[in-house]
Amino acid sequence: MSSRRPTRIVGRPFTRVDGAAKVTGQTKFADDLALPRMLHCKLLRAKVAHARILAIDVSKALAAPGVVAVATGRDLPVPFGILPVSQDEHALCPDRVRYVGDPVAAIAATSEDAAFDALDLVRVEYEPLPPVGTIEEGLAPAAVPIHDHGDQGNIHKLVAMQFGDVDEGFARADRVYDNTYFYEGNTHLALEQHASVADFGPDGKLTLWSSTQTPHYVHRALAKVLGMPASRIRVIATPNGGGFGGKSDVFNHEIVVAHLSRVTGRPVKICLTREEVFYCHRGRHPTLMRVRTGVKKDGAITALHFQTALDGGGYGSYGVASTYYTGALQTVTYRVPTYRFEGARVFTNKPPCGPKRGHGTPQPRFALEAELDRIACDLGLDPAAIRREHLQPANSLTANYLRVGSMGLGACIDKVVAASGWKKRRGKLPFGRGLGIACSSYLTGAGLPIYWNQMPQSGVQLKVDRGGGVTVFCGSTEIGQGSDTILAAIVAEILGIDPLDIRLVTGDTDLTPVDLGSYSSRVTLMTGNAAIQAAERARELIAGAVAKKLELPPERIGFAEGRVFDVENPEKGMTFPEAAVAGESLHGTLGTVGHYRPPPSAGRYRGAGVGPSPAYSYSAAVVEVEVDPETGIYAVPKIWIAHDVGKCINAALVMGQVEGSVYMGLGEAMMEEMAYRTDANRNVVHKFPSVLEYKSPTTLEMPEVETFLVEDPDPNGPYGAKEVGQGPLLPIPPAVANAVYDAVGVRVDEVPVTPEKVRRALKAKAQGKPARVGPERFPAVPYPEPIHVRTPEEGGDGKAEDAPVTAAGGVR
Amino acid sequence: MARRREKLPPDRSKALVAMTVNGERVEAPFEPHKTMLEVLREDLALTGTKHGCELGECGTCAVLLDGKPVLSCLVLGLECEGRSVETVEGMAGPEGLHPLQKAFADLGAAQCGYCTPGFLLTAKALLEENPRPTLPEIRQALAGNLCRCTGYVKIFEAVELAAAWLRGEAAEPRKESLYGYDFDESGLLPSHPGPVGAVLAAAREAAVDEGGDKPRPYRAKAR
Amino acid sequence: MMRLPRFRYFAPTSVKEALRIRAGEGESAAFVAGGTDLYPNMKRRQQTPKTVIGLSRIPSLARLRAGADGLRIGSAVPLSEIENHRKARRLFPALVHAVSEISTPPLRNMGTLGGNVLLDTRCNYYDQNYEWRQAIDFCMKKDGTVCWVAPGSPKCLAVQSADSVPILIALRARAVLASPGGEREIPLEELYANDGIRYLTKRPDELLTEIRIPPPDGWTASYRKLRRRGAFDFPVLAVGAAVRREGDRVAESRILLGAVASAPVRASRAEAVLAGRPLDGASIREASEAAAVVSRPMDNTDFSFLWRKEMTGQWVGMALGDLSRGG
Repeated sequence: MSSRRPTRIVGRPFTRVDGAAKVTGQTKFADDLALPRMLHCKLLRAKVAHARILAIDVSKALAAPGVVAVATGRDLPVPFGILPVSQDEHALCPDRVRYVGDPVAAIAATSEDAAFDALDLVRVEYEPLPPVGTIEEGLAPAAVPIHDHGDQGNIHKLVAMQFGDVDEGFARADRVYDNTYFYEGNTHLALEQHASVADFGPDGKLTLWSSTQTPHYVHRALAKVLGMPASRIRVIATPNGGGFGGKSDVFNHEIVVAHLSRVTGRPVKICLTREEVFYCHRGRHPTLMRVRTGVKKDGAITALHFQTALDGGGYGSYGVASTYYTGALQTVTYRVPTYRFEGARVFTNKPPCGPKRGHGTPQPRFALEAELDRIACDLGLDPAAIRREHLQPANSLTANYLRVGSMGLGACIDKVVAASGWKKRRGKLPFGRGLGIACSSYLTGAGLPIYWNQMPQSGVQLKVDRGGGVTVFCGSTEIGQGSDTILAAIVAEILGIDPLDIRLVTGDTDLTPVDLGSYSSRVTLMTGNAAIQAAERARELIAGAVAKKLELPPERIGFAEGRVFDVENPEKGMTFPEAAVAGESLHGTLGTVGHYRPPPSAGRYRGAGVGPSPAYSYSAAVVEVEVDPETGIYAVPKIWIAHDVGKCINAALVMGQVEGSVYMGLGEAMMEEMAYRTDANRNVVHKFPSVLEYKSPTTLEMPEVETFLVEDPDPNGPYGAKEVGQGPLLPIPPAVANAVYDAVGVRVDEVPVTPEKVRRALKAKAQGKPARVGPERFPAVPYPEPIHVRTPEEGGDGKAEDAPVTAAGGVR
Repeated sequence: MARRREKLPPDRSKALVAMTVNGERVEAPFEPHKTMLEVLREDLALTGTKHGCELGECGTCAVLLDGKPVLSCLVLGLECEGRSVETVEGMAGPEGLHPLQKAFADLGAAQCGYCTPGFLLTAKALLEENPRPTLPEIRQALAGNLCRCTGYVKIFEAVELAAAWLRGEAAEPRKESLYGYDFDESGLLPSHPGPVGAVLAAAREAAVDEGGDKPRPYRAKAR
Repeated sequence: MMRLPRFRYFAPTSVKEALRIRAGEGESAAFVAGGTDLYPNMKRRQQTPKTVIGLSRIPSLARLRAGADGLRIGSAVPLSEIENHRKARRLFPALVHAVSEISTPPLRNMGTLGGNVLLDTRCNYYDQNYEWRQAIDFCMKKDGTVCWVAPGSPKCLAVQSADSVPILIALRARAVLASPGGEREIPLEELYANDGIRYLTKRPDELLTEIRIPPPDGWTASYRKLRRRGAFDFPVLAVGAAVRREGDRVAESRILLGAVASAPVRASRAEAVLAGRPLDGASIREASEAAAVVSRPMDNTDFSFLWRKEMTGQWVGMALGDLSRGG
């Protein structure tokens, strides 16, 4: 599918097409929209973490000055949820609240002040239920489970799968390691607070502008909950002021304003406060992990047994997928011949967790990379070499049937090892200074759509008009990553025109063909491939017409720099607008389409849908730290990172994604925490839902970053391109922990690696106790008997065996 | 459990306040409890000023008040009577983008673009006071503006680049800023010389002027 | 969008006028200078004054003067002006350093010294939206009865969190308070009470007009702050230290701890340890240990309180170390 010509625009760091609008304040975010007669909406949110709603009295609120309409759960009884298997959310809670912040009523008023004042007039009577605050509590038997769906009690999902003869793998090992890790939850903290404007017109059609990464799924949910034909609903994704996964669910407020606009016949807007954004959450799951690793003396892994327990919060969200993701990608970096994964997600009475940059994989990646560092140090091997020497080969199938295509991790490791002076400096710096390495991989788009169907995951329509104008229509959503610029660059490359001459219509369910949304790092690969197809078709039409006019065979026609010409005799030709006229004269109105569907996955077992991707990106990072052993406070002066992006479509955008990922990974590694407290009344509240107390690194914490872009083109990517938006985050937290170990000889097996923990570990070390801070044990989780899948090496076909094959009953 | 929020007498009369906004004198009627952030966005339709917390904890809403960066979410509209306010909408002039705006766009220092107006104005105040800031000085001056997309790297580089342009130097972005280190350019056709973004402007001129640069042909691969 | 509640706004142009308005409006009126403390509190409905009296148009409060009697800083002088004041930088570098550590650059263009000196005490259970505080059934400091930091506590344990206060007290600063009855000048430390709610001894009808710092007269000072990030964050432990030496020995010292109680804490034992001794490794170590004893941080700020307590000695040691190297 990828275009194989040498490129002129693709790869170059052109100014992004939306750059001028963004630096002049002209980009219209959702909260920047105002319509005549517009009402303002505020949500009344639960003040108790778990309770039955006995009664809601809105009469006083309805009578308050300025209030036009009030809605409660009774008005919107149809449930929704991003995954078909977890349709467990309501626009407004009908009978039960599940976390402090769960919305129970909505007010539309003539001003935001009036709506706010009326919130206090709504009377809600609750019957409190015992709240669940932790993973351990969620695993305990529940008198009143948070949901009536799920695998057992408050356990939402249990997963168990085994690939190959893991027992034999452990038996073959020279050493077996067994360690536990914890990764605290954290949130996206996009600076734009979620906002939506709904306008239900007199024609019976609804338009919703919303800061969403997934307009297509919002469109589906609105149709379902409002009971309206999808054909009468238009969802427009406004440019997102940061997403990072935090705007990829369907949210209560989006449905609520649509409903209120329908009832009042007036446009209705909502913009959440920062506190409410913390309650929307869908961020990183707090995850406990136990890792057992069998290795040979040279560091080769013989068996890996990974157990995870995720704190899911109050609703399903993407949680089933998140659970699988904590086990899916351990196999694509280093060779893991036999693998067992057991995962569990529990419901707790906290805002729901979901997909944040790296979705479900930064937690296990932290554990695996910290584990490898331990193993290397224990075996007396170089932590960089232990990775470099046991890479999963390119063009291979992993034990869990993920198809690895291009694989540039070796080159990435080489780059950061050389640039950081690793061989001369690691383990040799003065006490208090250290270097740590870690690697990672991430998907370039999930192989399967969220709801099962045979249709393309991405579509592009392209219009060429007789003035030479080219318009690209695509459902993709600009969240700052540069998706519009990618489309423009690819179409401009193929048609030989300026990217800034292309008009882009994106993220509009009325005007654009479906693209599933800006999640799972799918956009460049999928929209890129669709755009190539559409643009190549347009090029073919125009080339045919120009060839006819110039009396040449079509293969002689070239497109570059705004001209269409004879490649053997470049002076002979015409401008692109003239060529467009020739094309339209010959073929009639010029319009083409393109689409993309990922290749089928190799795995056929239950759960095989999570993990497959058209291509995997790879990253390696070296982090340098300076630790003050007296306090535990540490600084990160420099990070070296190399990322195998396959091929840059726009090098400057790739750089931005790498640096931004490093930043966010460093925030998670050092300070970011979605922390809760359980108060004396057994109410579970967010510890401090504010930008001030949710610590996000400032300009003063950001280290120098030396970036290397490695291009190992993947045959599935457009021009060979793979993802870059998420992968480079993953190696940072483990590299920080590993660097702290190199600096002061203690292991912090928890993210974030805070000064308190470093200090605590140093004190333990001084007292002769294990020089470590981290979870002491992994809880007892009732994982089921795993499904057994023979690996490709064992001659497996990707399907689960009918009966378990282990002799000793597994390795638990 | 619910304690009533204290209710205040609704005083809905508006104040008429005269101030200078982006060099233009305006008289705006608004409710006295409104912050400058709300006045700009809701009463003057200048939505370029964004907001991320409204409590002074993120820097997103920064504007210049009498030339100094302040947080518009914590300035009362009334307190701006007779004073001069500059927002992002006032940065570009008839000659085009302010050098900071151009540098931010060229380098990708604006990704989602939401924190960008606050950064631009804070950086503008810095460069007016200190035309040749060091990197630590840039970090300090911008320490009150949070960005979640860029990791600040491109923002620092853009401020340095714009500072050079403002000093009249013919600076260009470093190659490593745009491609990283050791980048292999062999897969790319030679680019025109000149700053980023100018490549196709040159190409366009060439296309219009038949006597200009010859397009570099390439052969269409048979499909 | 978080919005302010409605209020009446006055912008007097003299202290006299401000005091007259205050007298007329009574207890429901609040003075505001920079607004960086009051307005967030109002948006969160921690404070809901019916009248707000702006001080930004009173020239006398915006005056910053250095003379033979030291430094006089009007209460409405913006923090950034102190940072950039040449004489202040020369005479009181530790104060300027402390001021430059307050929040962020744009905030320091708005916030004033008076505002920082009078900064409301802070607490993780208090500095929250109305809705959040409703979820914990409010706290003693506003609308509730219990102090959630230590539910048995008879008093509120919110934390003194102003960067400028420990160093100003170490520098022997005095506060000038004006009221309809006249003016009084008190040592700054007497302005504070160790109670998170009634943390000031200032009467509500009094207006802080000026901070006066005597000339250095041989004193040198240092300020050290503990916080998570290099900007935005309030101190969760702060040390303001000043010494006057005769020869190489400490004649007098003043060591103040911030952010470990509802009022700044004077580490008198530590001061006694230093008296008559040179500032060297041994005396600094002993003084740091003595200071750590009186540091009793509670679990209501960022970082674990046990670690903050443990760090007290370190931080006092760093501040005294600065002074041993010449301040």
